Amino acid sequence: MFPLLAFTVTPALGLFIGFVALTLVITYFSARKATGSAAYFAAGRSITGWQNGLAVAGDYMSAASFLGISGIICLKGYDGFMYSVGFLVAYLTVLFLVAEPLRNAGKYTMADLLAYRLKQRPVRAMASLSTLTVSTFYMIAQMVGAGGIIKVLIGVDFVPAVIGVGILMLVYVVFGGMLATTWVQIIKAILLMGGAFALSIMVLGKHDYSLATFFEHVSHADYAGTKSPAINLLDPGLAYGSTAKNPYGAIDFISLALGLVLGTAGLPHILVRFYTVPDARTARVSVVWATAIIGVFYILTTFFGFGAATILKMSDIPLDAAGKPDGNMVAPILAHILGGEWFFAFISAVAFATILAVVAGLTMSASTSFAHDFYSNVIHHGKEHRPGQEVRVARITAFFVGAISIFLAIQLRSLNVAFLVGLAFSVAASANLPVILFSVFWKRFNTVGAVAGLAVGLLSSIILIVISPSVMDPAVGLIKAAPLFPLKNPGIVSIPLGFLAAFIGTLCSREPEAEAKFTELSVRAETGLGAEGATQH
Amino acid sequence: MSNPENPDYTPISGGPTDVAPLGRSGPKPAHEKTADEDGDPFPWAAIANDPGFAALKRAKLRFIVPGTLFFFCYYMALPILVGFFPAMMKAPILGKVNAAYLFALSQFIMTWVLCAMYVRAAKRWDIMNAELLAKFIRR
Repeated sequence: MFPLLAFTVTPALGLFIGFVALTLVITYFSARKATGSAAYFAAGRSITGWQNGLAVAGDYMSAASFLGISGIICLKGYDGFMYSVGFLVAYLTVLFLVAEPLRNAGKYTMADLLAYRLKQRPVRAMASLSTLTVSTFYMIAQMVGAGGIIKVLIGVDFVPAVIGVGILMLVYVVFGGMLATTWVQIIKAILLMGGAFALSIMVLGKHDYSLATFFEHVSHADYAGTKSPAINLLDPGLAYGSTAKNPYGAIDFISLALGLVLGTAGLPHILVRFYTVPDARTARVSVVWATAIIGVFYILTTFFGFGAATILKMSDIPLDAAGKPDGNMVAPILAHILGGEWFFAFISAVAFATILAVVAGLTMSASTSFAHDFYSNVIHHGKEHRPGQEVRVARITAFFVGAISIFLAIQLRSLNVAFLVGLAFSVAASANLPVILFSVFWKRFNTVGAVAGLAVGLLSSIILIVISPSVMDPAVGLIKAAPLFPLKNPGIVSIPLGFLAAFIGTLCSREPEAEAKFTELSVRAETGLGAEGATQH
Repeated sequence: MSNPENPDYTPISGGPTDVAPLGRSGPKPAHEKTADEDGDPFPWAAIANDPGFAALKRAKLRFIVPGTLFFFCYYMALPILVGFFPAMMKAPILGKVNAAYLFALSQFIMTWVLCAMYVRAAKRWDIMNAELLAKFIRR
């Protein structure tokens, strides 16, 4: 069924092992430094601007970005490119509204910023729940993808592949903490950029290195003569066009765009990266680096996404469980056709590194939030009874988060779980972003508003996804029934609901202490006074 | 008072604050702090009331509010135009490249330009911030 398994997989396996060995060496050296909370949770706040920029990029450009976007552009053209645009523009939201205040006023988690002037326990409990939800959903999507990809790339079965990825990720997080996770992300970002450039140049080479010829071919994409009539992939609407069958296509597309641009600034694993730098100025520099790198990468998706449709045959693209073409394999297959076995091995290793770096980042943010927000501050009122307890709890939590994700990924292996990524972005945009913004910019904001915003954002996202066509489908859905909500992307409804709930909740009660503390939070957020700097060595 | 909920400074027997070893790193336990260390170290209210702080906040908002509105509208115009006016956006402009793709590409450039503008503006804020803090904090 799959033509690539015909040749020996040794080069791919060799590069995998090389990458794993390198990251384990880094973990070993990080482990010797990872003592104390700031070192474990925030890499001692000693990561430099460009390093953190690369790490943000490495944390962000997931397998869903690299493999998923190239696949969806190859199959659906322009509508897939919207992901590329949205994922980048989202960094303006991060840079303008979130990065600097968060770094100035927080310590380890998103909840630090909220709990600053609101009631610690309810706010931290809700924020921690939201963080764990986002991270776990996102991770299950990555793990299920990872298992499938590794199976195809190096021929290891799904279950051992997922368990292997899970164990490696736990080694990074449990022993190396944020420092090891950061370096895994940096290396991955460099590898990914290298792979993306090489792939793009090879694709362009197939079109005589001429952009005009390239776009000429893309506008008559015929999948190497295996699809007729040829389609113009540059035309929007192949995935989200409004048709008689789906009159809500355009609204769904707008909803997707909204979720992308506002979701990133609420993703916990991205937010915690800004605590690893010494100050807000470095946080700003790292966003600029990240924006440059991520932007170049997503422009390159033009070449290995659209370009794939001019080079691959339809028969090269494997089918998923539902019998539709599975775009996830497009980039590695393209690499094999253009660059042969070794290049295929390299791109496969890049995909593998991508998955590992992202799941490590997710586990890190989930366990940090549980240990710091829930265990230390909700259960133990912010007092550490024994030194190092918070870090120990985080390590144990990482183990459980990893085990649960491995278990769920194995259970859900035959399902199409791509909607979980959308769910994570939707929760981030609808639950996390409203309360972060109100907390920094609105004096009157209070605990009731924060809890209401988080709860409504979280619940509305989950409920709308469960009753959407992604889950409810008479033929192939998890729930075999007609969908109750017509959009695949809930953002256009759930984001306003999240903001509205935070707003109305606030107006329903008064909290003079929260308003009194606004002065201090505001001075901290704007000036960086009192923020924890780099650990002295 | 570092912890108003628990004004009893009697060390817990056997607790970490009881027999702190010499040469330890990490913060002092609450009962060992001097009055100076125990008080809030920064004059938050005084800084907030300083005209320099109001000017800093105003300078930031003057950039961030219009900047955010601009990029949000410019970005959302893409899915709205593509969703509701597909025929217009399918029109080829440069060779085979249509309006939809060029508009998408312009989003990348818009992002980088706004990023650069933010960095330039933020350099001014850093100076204002340093001047403001110099009035209150001796380094």
